[in-house]
Amino acid sequence: MDSFSSDFPSGSSSGKMDTGTIMEQVKVQIAVANAQELLQRMTDKCFKKCIVKPGSSLDNSEQKCIAMCMDRYMDAWNTVSRAYNSRLQRERARI
Amino acid sequence: MDNQAVTADPQLQQFIEVESQKQRFQQLVHQMTEVCWENCMDKPGPKLDSRTEVCFVNCVERFIDTSQFILNRLEQTQKSRASFSETMTDY
Repeated sequence: MDSFSSDFPSGSSSGKMDTGTIMEQVKVQIAVANAQELLQRMTDKCFKKCIVKPGSSLDNSEQKCIAMCMDRYMDAWNTVSRAYNSRLQRERARI
Repeated sequence: MDNQAVTADPQLQQFIEVESQKQRFQQLVHQMTEVCWENCMDKPGPKLDSRTEVCFVNCVERFIDTSQFILNRLEQTQKSRASFSETMTDY
């Protein structure tokens, strides 16, 4: 999957790259960046909630907490996304 | 890549605008989720109860209200230029 991290391949002698290909590659890279952002914030929040005193390993209760936290974070993300979307629709309807 | 050819392509131009807008939306969702999580989440449970869900919805609305309030007030203080430059140049 190292196409995610590589730059756009430079066209050899043909010059300009196909627009459609560019758009698809950009969409993929954007999706990857969003997933990374989500994971980074989720890790931060769930670590703070679940790991009180860092031990020599993650015990069962910590793992269970992290698993639940992940699901709740996704629920929260979806709730926020929906709420923000409705707000935007409402704002547009006013104009 | 020939920059002039890229920006002259209307299809690519529109694509860039649409994707940029989508990204601004995504970024704000990330940001508000983080902020509202601090506000609304105590201990993560087996599901998102309705009280917590309401908290998130309110949080989003108030966050946007706050953002608009700040922009409006800043605009007002810039119009009455004297008071604005006083607050800005006080070292």
